[in-house]
Amino acid sequence: MHARADAPDTAPNWPDDIFATLQRFDVRQVPYVPDAGHSKLIQRVLDCSTMRGIPLTTEEEGVALLAGAWTGGQRGVLLMQSSGVGNCINMLSLIPILRFPFLTLVTMRGEWGEFNPWQVPMGSTTQGVFELSGVKVLRASTAAEVPAVLEAAAAQAYNALTPTAVLLSQRLIGAKVFTK
Amino acid sequence: MSKANLLDRRQVVSTLLANRKDVVAIGGLGASTNDMCAAGDHARNFYLWGGMGGAAMIGLGLALAQPKLPVLVITGDGEMLMGMGSLATIGLQKPANLSIAVLDNEAYGETGGQTSHTSAAADLVGVAKSCGIEDSRAVTTMAEVEAFAKAVHDVSAGPRFANVKIDSAGLERILPSRDGTYILNRIRGELGFQPI
Repeated sequence: MHARADAPDTAPNWPDDIFATLQRFDVRQVPYVPDAGHSKLIQRVLDCSTMRGIPLTTEEEGVALLAGAWTGGQRGVLLMQSSGVGNCINMLSLIPILRFPFLTLVTMRGEWGEFNPWQVPMGSTTQGVFELSGVKVLRASTAAEVPAVLEAAAAQAYNALTPTAVLLSQRLIGAKVFTK
Repeated sequence: MSKANLLDRRQVVSTLLANRKDVVAIGGLGASTNDMCAAGDHARNFYLWGGMGGAAMIGLGLALAQPKLPVLVITGDGEMLMGMGSLATIGLQKPANLSIAVLDNEAYGETGGQTSHTSAAADLVGVAKSCGIEDSRAVTTMAEVEAFAKAVHDVSAGPRFANVKIDSAGLERILPSRDGTYILNRIRGELGFQPI
């Protein structure tokens, strides 16, 4: 279903690296809207006794959920794909107002070898939307850089209350293949 | 549009919070958050002044983090309609300690009283029930409000939902704090959490 764009990234172990980092930072609530690029991580979360995977109907629910989780003393992370970022915009206003730790991991569409033009507009504005909304953006484009990027993102989000989004590039995930 | 025997929103909210003990109450954007303040400011009140549609999800995040803590979301029909998908999310998670009370005046009272979807078509009790919140009640009497307020303390039998039909009278605004960080950290302090 997914073609790897880069030969060194063919073994998708980077979701395990993400999972390990989230565990180390004691992340407990993991709201998500499913995405193929997040499927391995979501499965690891759902199989884990200390994390709760929470499927959402729309991504903005996850922003509000993380505010409530922090009120009750728990850290969370929101998993979504780039098209979901637009759904979050107004709810992102809770983050500077309430000052809770916000980390989101976004699988990118609409870039690197995209087939579907409908993914391109939101994929192109994802980073800008975050930055206009006060969320710092980090990006991982290869499997090798995922651990360091995740470590930095989690550290600044949870220790320094710096709202942070990690964009997992389509180059890392592999462009979705519809035709040969 | 006015119907007989609709409840007074302030009386409803003060009844919901009268014997609150350790309840954390989350007030949705609009008059609901003012009603909570009118019932008396409290260190466990989470007043929302924005994030329309998010009240129930804040309740869910808190309820999952603190499963022994009774969590009560008090919001309006317009705010609940905007976050209607969250009823499906809550119905799936089934947090036993979460209760949601919707103050339904069938109107967007803060913006000029424009009629809402509940005035003619949308049935929020039916929505909540069909999303898996089995204890979903249509409330039209103060006795039913009192029964719901009592049930909020049972943290083993939720989630529960009540749609309370209230009159659409515009009341004097009783304004709570607008400082979100203060509001959130005050609750965290109540629950024993230190600042970072």
